[in-house]
Amino acid sequence: MSVIVQDSGFVAEDFTGEWLDLASDTDPSTLAQFAGAAAIRIDFPSFADGRGFTLAKMLRLAGFKGRLRANGHVIADQYAMARRSGFDEVSIDDDLAARQPQDQWLARANWQAHDYQARVRRAATV
Amino acid sequence: MYSYNDFDEAFVRERVAQFTGQVERRIDGSLTEEEFRPLRLMNGLYLQLHAYMLRVAIPYGTLNPDQMDQLAMLAEKYDKGYGHFTTRQNIQYNWPKLPDVPAMLEALADVGMHAIQTSGNTIRNVTADHFAGAAADEEFDPRPVAELIRQWSTDHPEFQFLPRKFKVAVTGAPNDRAVVRAHDIGLVLKEQNGVKGAEVIVGGGLGRTPMVGKTLNDFVPFADLLPYIEATVSVWNLLGRRDNKYKARIKITVHEHGIEDIRARVDARFAQIKPTFGGIDMEMLAQIEQHFMPPLFIDKPVDAYERAYENDPVFRAWADTNLAAHKNDAYAIVTISLKKPGATPGDASADQMRSMAQLARDYAHDELRISHEQNVILPHVHKSNLPALHAILKSNDLATANAGLVSDIIACPGMDYCALATARSIPVAQGIASRFDELKLEHEIGQLKIKISGCINACGHHHVGHIGILGLDRAGVENYQITLGGDGTETTVIGDRTGPGFAYDEIIPAIERLIYAYLEVRLDSDETFLETYRRLGMGPFKTALYPPKEDKANAA
Repeated sequence: MSVIVQDSGFVAEDFTGEWLDLASDTDPSTLAQFAGAAAIRIDFPSFADGRGFTLAKMLRLAGFKGRLRANGHVIADQYAMARRSGFDEVSIDDDLAARQPQDQWLARANWQAHDYQARVRRAATV
Repeated sequence: MYSYNDFDEAFVRERVAQFTGQVERRIDGSLTEEEFRPLRLMNGLYLQLHAYMLRVAIPYGTLNPDQMDQLAMLAEKYDKGYGHFTTRQNIQYNWPKLPDVPAMLEALADVGMHAIQTSGNTIRNVTADHFAGAAADEEFDPRPVAELIRQWSTDHPEFQFLPRKFKVAVTGAPNDRAVVRAHDIGLVLKEQNGVKGAEVIVGGGLGRTPMVGKTLNDFVPFADLLPYIEATVSVWNLLGRRDNKYKARIKITVHEHGIEDIRARVDARFAQIKPTFGGIDMEMLAQIEQHFMPPLFIDKPVDAYERAYENDPVFRAWADTNLAAHKNDAYAIVTISLKKPGATPGDASADQMRSMAQLARDYAHDELRISHEQNVILPHVHKSNLPALHAILKSNDLATANAGLVSDIIACPGMDYCALATARSIPVAQGIASRFDELKLEHEIGQLKIKISGCINACGHHHVGHIGILGLDRAGVENYQITLGGDGTETTVIGDRTGPGFAYDEIIPAIERLIYAYLEVRLDSDETFLETYRRLGMGPFKTALYPPKEDKANAA
């Protein structure tokens, strides 16, 4: 079974629709066709494989407005990265959830704070 | 100099708290060793041969005296009383204990410093010309752009788990002192039709597959620079190879796909990314530029300097080698050599750091720099202060007059410290420096850059040394290969291998033979080693290195 992590902590699965699953080696030139999907899961085969963050960003840039989930081996320390890259949530397995319980994820729920990226991308004032 | 605003300050404090938590979570088992590893690396903490090593960023090589004093404090309190300045404008502490590291990071935050992204598969500490803001030949100060890139790259959410490390260097002078063509991205600042921007060079690098960077875009205006760099890293993050870490760097991606293909991908990605930048970055750059205004230069005579230069041969020798031309004629850029013959290149004791900090306060408008050549620079010294400054350097064992000469050697830590090394580097550097000190030939030989790496990863930049030395392991025995003709400047060239390598006890005599051959065949004392090599090629040097068998017998 898996555990869903959102800003409020561990939550129960509440999505009943069809997921579109993308591998971490998905060709970025193919992403635009998925922009209208309802929900996309991007696989993280290993926490060290950072491609999913850029894929998420690119899906959002392609206009994808649906639910976006990072699925697999994502560690609590990457929660802010996932949210900042455009993911809504993370899905991890029970073992990882037991090893890194909810409080370790909630510690990164403040992902909007201390964010250099948000800072350098603000609108010009003049 | 840049000083932290409230945001920067809060960020580094938060980051220290996060890392403190990560250390605790490693100990309680929340993080596996495999998961903890990249987290400690992106906070500058390596596990070395004997102990942990903390690598602290000195962004674009710039330090103020209080920061230097703090580095001295760390060396004394948490290390063995010294620190090691590296080829990427960092300082390394070789003996910290893991439980002390959070306190070290907190002490760094106290003076506006950090160890963030000095390691790991991240965008590393941005480096720049160490003479920035001072050099007579400078057209654009690289530091404000470097600081803007530091802010953009810090904790970038997409780029903390890249295929491999990613290094950026910036220069704004025609004479490239930042080795920008041997970086993943090198920027050469320029102006076109009154608009400031940069030539973007991509895919340079040393390591086991050395490559000279190629121009990705001849001119990117500053307003497009962050999205353009982001597009480049974004393309590589998805395209770069993750199946083989030796083929993961962007230089291989560029090599395998070709520069035109990469350019087309970057242009397309840039078009997508550019609208996500709201334009505040240019206002931030303008604010950052205010931090890098030149100091108020003093207007006073330079007689004291001229008198000392005429009357004191020791001062004159030092002035001839260790001073560089400043924008202001009455000023000089001082290189403080950390290459005393017999010493470890790049090491400074806590006392020496404090003395350099005080010199910067007393004589150098509160500024210090760390060069990629592992020396310390005082960028703004009025010439009238040079005799007094030199006297203090002498009393602190810091007045070695060898900047740019044969004993001003770049060397990686090698097998004395590094877990990756296959051979010793430091004793080879020490041996060469001591040998030429004995021969008293150094000033006669003139400009010569020797660079030594203790493994194929090339941290000692041997590929771009006029003489490069690469220490390898051949069946359990150290073996040193020599390359000639390398060049790390605006005319970057990867050196040519001479032939079979030399044993540990043969390498210093081999270098000596090379240099005697140069002295014999050069046109005159104005022709440098590199110029002679370019004129004559490998021939005379190869003969000197590998004498025919019968000569060897006679010599023995």
